[in-house]
Amino acid sequence: MKENKLIEIYQNDSVKISVRKEWCKACGICIEFCPKDVLAADEQGKPIPININECIKCSLCELRCPDFAITVEGGE
Amino acid sequence: MNKLKRNVELLQGNEACVKGAILSGVRFFAGYPITPSSEIAEGMARLLPQIGGKFVQMEDEIASIAAVIGASIAGFKSLTATSGPGFSLKQENLGFAIISEIPCVIVNAQRGGPSTGLPTKPSQGDMMQARWGTHGDHSIIALAPSTVNEVLTLTIKAVNFSEKYRTPVILLLDEVIAHMREKVEIPAPEEVEVINRKKPTVPPEEYFPFKPDQNGIPPMANFGEGYRYHITGLIHNQKGLPTSNPQEIDSFIRRINNKIQENVKDIIIYEKYFLDDAKIALIACGSVARAAERTVKLAREEGLKVGLLKLLTIWPFPSEEVNRLAQQVDLIIVPEMNLGQMVLEVERASRGNCEVVSYSRVDGELINPIEILGKIQEEIKK
Amino acid sequence: MKTVINNYIREEMFPNIWCPGCGNGIVLGAIIRAIDDLKWDKNKIAMISGIGCSSRITGYVDFCTMNTTHGRALPFATGIKMANPNMKVVVVMGDGDCSAIGGNHFIHAARRNIDLTAIIINNMIYGMTGGQYSPLTPTKKFGTTAPYGNIDQSFDLVKLAKAAGASYVARGTVYHVRQLTSLIKKALNKKGFSVVEIISDCPISYGKMNKMRTVVDMLKWIKDMSVSKKAWEDLSPEEKKEKFVIGEFLDIDRPDYTELYSKVMEEAQKMGVSR
Ligand SMILES: Cc1ncc(C[n+]2csc(CCOP(=O)(O)OP(=O)(O)O)c2C)c(N)n1
Ligand code: SF4
Ligand code: SF4
Ligand code: SF4
Repeated sequence: MKENKLIEIYQNDSVKISVRKEWCKACGICIEFCPKDVLAADEQGKPIPININECIKCSLCELRCPDFAITVEGGE
Repeated sequence: MNKLKRNVELLQGNEACVKGAILSGVRFFAGYPITPSSEIAEGMARLLPQIGGKFVQMEDEIASIAAVIGASIAGFKSLTATSGPGFSLKQENLGFAIISEIPCVIVNAQRGGPSTGLPTKPSQGDMMQARWGTHGDHSIIALAPSTVNEVLTLTIKAVNFSEKYRTPVILLLDEVIAHMREKVEIPAPEEVEVINRKKPTVPPEEYFPFKPDQNGIPPMANFGEGYRYHITGLIHNQKGLPTSNPQEIDSFIRRINNKIQENVKDIIIYEKYFLDDAKIALIACGSVARAAERTVKLAREEGLKVGLLKLLTIWPFPSEEVNRLAQQVDLIIVPEMNLGQMVLEVERASRGNCEVVSYSRVDGELINPIEILGKIQEEIKK
Repeated sequence: MKTVINNYIREEMFPNIWCPGCGNGIVLGAIIRAIDDLKWDKNKIAMISGIGCSSRITGYVDFCTMNTTHGRALPFATGIKMANPNMKVVVVMGDGDCSAIGGNHFIHAARRNIDLTAIIINNMIYGMTGGQYSPLTPTKKFGTTAPYGNIDQSFDLVKLAKAAGASYVARGTVYHVRQLTSLIKKALNKKGFSVVEIISDCPISYGKMNKMRTVVDMLKWIKDMSVSKKAWEDLSPEEKKEKFVIGEFLDIDRPDYTELYSKVMEEAQKMGVSR
């Protein structure tokens, strides 16, 4: 699901993961250190949630992103 | 005249600097001890806390000027004082104050150099360092008193210029002026013209911290007053953010130079002695100007048409005035306690309209009136 | 995707200039989250930095910010704090900035115990100038100016800060982000000189010179090398040398400089009148 060109939004009933592509530098931190392997790299190396239902909303991807490019909303 | 509370006091140059600073509103001093400027720090340490001001002795001169700039941004008029070796250390952050347009005053009680040089002897060896000591294109204001009374009045001027033009101002003393005692008439506080930095008149959302007003000077919001903005030693745009846009860079560099160059009428101060009919002119400043003044009297007694242009503003250099003088006289002699620094500017400003000669002394001794007179006689004979 | 971060940044400055995965951005996030937790008035926060990649941090936040000269952030901050003790003053420095050119200012700010928070982003290298070794580059690691391995002994900033007189000293890493945010928050709240050293990644300069080609390699290394104070105690002396001990190392109360100076002012005012 896309909100606009700049921010990609992925969600299920309990969690919403947004990726601000223009700010993301494809460093891979969020992908590598997600404890539940929720994220994978797209062709540019930027994150896409492939297992969003596994997400435990720990927010570690958001906290470790050096570019404020990924956020996790819902619950906590 | 109504009765203003004016006191006449016997003051040392450094003490007069403290008085002048306080009268002009200085409330912060940071420094590091060095002869012959330490009495300024000592006076500030004693007086500032009595009147709501603050003093801190920092770990070195680099830190001292940094703290002074910081305090100025937070709204305190600030001053630091040093001498040769310390003045060298201050050059780095002097450049920061210039590029970020933070008002502050740096007193340099000149002593013989280079390096540790002659700690207790006077010199005028830092004239060019005051102008060009920090790297990059910039303008600077530097004032040089020649009496203790002028130390007081020029300290006030220095603080006022720094606030008015948002720029660091250098006050060049020399060891003699710093340490000698003279009677000083202390003005009553209400007599003193005090200039404060212009504050923004627009609300924070509309504030561009480096957007000049019609005089080329941006109104300055102090930190903590509700205006949040960025200050940087990088070349920046009107918002204060770093820029690499050639047009923005060019207009920035030109503006911070022009704001001083275009106001030379206001900034340049000098005094003339017996210049109206003079055929020979002396150009001098600081303690040498005292000797030169005496030389003029001695020369006039001998019937020589000698006059003196005493410079109180050294930078920006009073080129126009010197040029006019060069058209009037046959000879300009520039006595200096260095190997000939100011004379270079005098030559440049004279544009070949008269002969310009240097008289220099670098042995740590004061130039005396007789030797200047001797130089005049020698030149006449040529 | 509005988060607390958006309330504190200068959006027009993004994306930031740092390399992909640079720890500076992680630290920026941690500082912002800590400040947001404290609910401080943005108008009363001054954030001051020196020169280096890390020092670019001040350009990105919507406080009263100043990017000063290399190594000199602390004395600038000292002037601000003395002139206006009501301001919260946060100083961010790189490892070279803080411990080489600024080393003297660092120990003296600690000695004065002036109420500033010093955050040192320790990527163990001069990042901005392209990877020369710094006083915090571990011995035997490589830099462009240590092509045969660094023979210098590195500083332990925690010990240095403690010995010099700080009131709060902690070390965190960009991998351990939650802990980092809470250490920063405690440091910010501390009256007196507080220090947080942050082990950070510079994949471009440090990583490249030290066989950690990717950001992920670097963060894994930081994770593996970091131990808590407790775990550290049980290590052999050899193992200890390699590790980063993280956590809190000092938390004491003593009067800060601005407080002491206000007593000087009271005293001076009494004496001034009697003179
Ligand atoms: C007086 C001075 N010397 C040298 C430099 C060049 N310089 C710029 S940044 C830097 C070092 C940066 O390293 P560090 O402080 O560790 O910060 P990092 O870039 O790694 O974040 C140096 C040496 C300078 N700007 N000023
Ligand atoms: S951590 Fe941030 S910048 Fe790096 S890949 Fe993930 S979203 Fe992109
Ligand atoms: S919130 Fe946690 S589990 Fe969910 S994607 Fe981010 S890192 Fe993975
Ligand atoms: S060179 Fe290193 S410290 Fe500088 S931005 Fe790149 S990764 Fe960060």
